[in-house]
Amino acid sequence: MSRRSLSRAFTQRRGRAPVFAALGDETRLSLLTKLGDRQPHSISQLTHGSRLTRQAITKHLRVLQRARIVRGSRTGRESRFILDPRPIDDLRHYLDSVSAQWDEALARLKSFVEVEPLRRRECAAADGSQRAKS
Amino acid sequence: MPARIEKKIALNAPVSRVWRAITDYKEFGEWFRVALEGPFVPGQLVRGKVLYSGYEHLAWEAIVQKVEPERLFSFTWHPMKDDNSVDMENETLVEFHLKPTSTGTLLTLTESGFDKLPADRRDFAFRKNESGWTVQIENINNHVTQKP
Repeated sequence: MSRRSLSRAFTQRRGRAPVFAALGDETRLSLLTKLGDRQPHSISQLTHGSRLTRQAITKHLRVLQRARIVRGSRTGRESRFILDPRPIDDLRHYLDSVSAQWDEALARLKSFVEVEPLRRRECAAADGSQRAKS
Repeated sequence: MPARIEKKIALNAPVSRVWRAITDYKEFGEWFRVALEGPFVPGQLVRGKVLYSGYEHLAWEAIVQKVEPERLFSFTWHPMKDDNSVDMENETLVEFHLKPTSTGTLLTLTESGFDKLPADRRDFAFRKNESGWTVQIENINNHVTQKP
C-alpha cells in the first residue's frame, strides 16, 4: 500500500533486498561504522583494528559496493572507499512506513475485537428493547 | 538494521475471538481493509481488492503459509508497485503469534525476509533448469522414437 510510494525513485531501479542482505553481517556493519564519518578510507585504514585479513575486508567492501552502500575511488595505486547513505536512508524510510502501517492495522484490529462485540451487544440490546416496545 | 519488524499488542479479547478476526477472511478484510475473494487455506493464494482510501486500484495477494489454530497464522506477500504489478523484489513473511493472557490475548506480529533474494531471480533460475530438463526429455523421446 503506501509503503510502495516511499523513496520510490531509488528502489525502483535497484530493489531493497540486496541492500538488506548486505547489511546482515557483523563485519560489514563494523565497516560501515568506520565509514560513518563520510570520509574516504583506504583498505589499510579499514583493516586496522580488525582481526580479518586485507582480502577478507576487500571481499566485504565489494558486497557493500554492489549494494551501492559504499563507493570506491582510486587515487594512484590506492583504492579508497566512501559511504553513500542513500540506500540505508531509503531502507529506514521503508521500514518506518511498513512499521507505521502495521501500527495502524493493529490499532484497527484492536478496536475490531474489543469494541465490535460491545457494539453488537448494544445493537442487539437496542433491537431487543425496540421489539419489546412494539 | 534488522531486516524484520516486530510488534506486540495486548488485546482485551479472548484468543478465540482474535483468532477469528485474523483468520476468517471476511473479518480479516474488515480491519485490514481488503475485500478478499475467498478463505485462507494453507499453501493457497488469496486474492482481494485493497479498500484503503487512495489505493483502491491495487490488487492484494498473499500465499497462506501456516494455520495453527489459536496459535499461529502466517502468509507471504509482495508489496505492490504503482502500476498494480507485484514488486517481486520484496517477498516477506507475515506471522501472527497469539498467546492467552489474564486479560485477553498477546498478539505478536512479525514481518521478515526483507533481505531475501528477489523471487523473480529464483524463479528464473528454476525455469532455466526446468527448460533444460524439458529439452533433455524431448531429446530422449526423439532418440527413442527415431530408433524403434
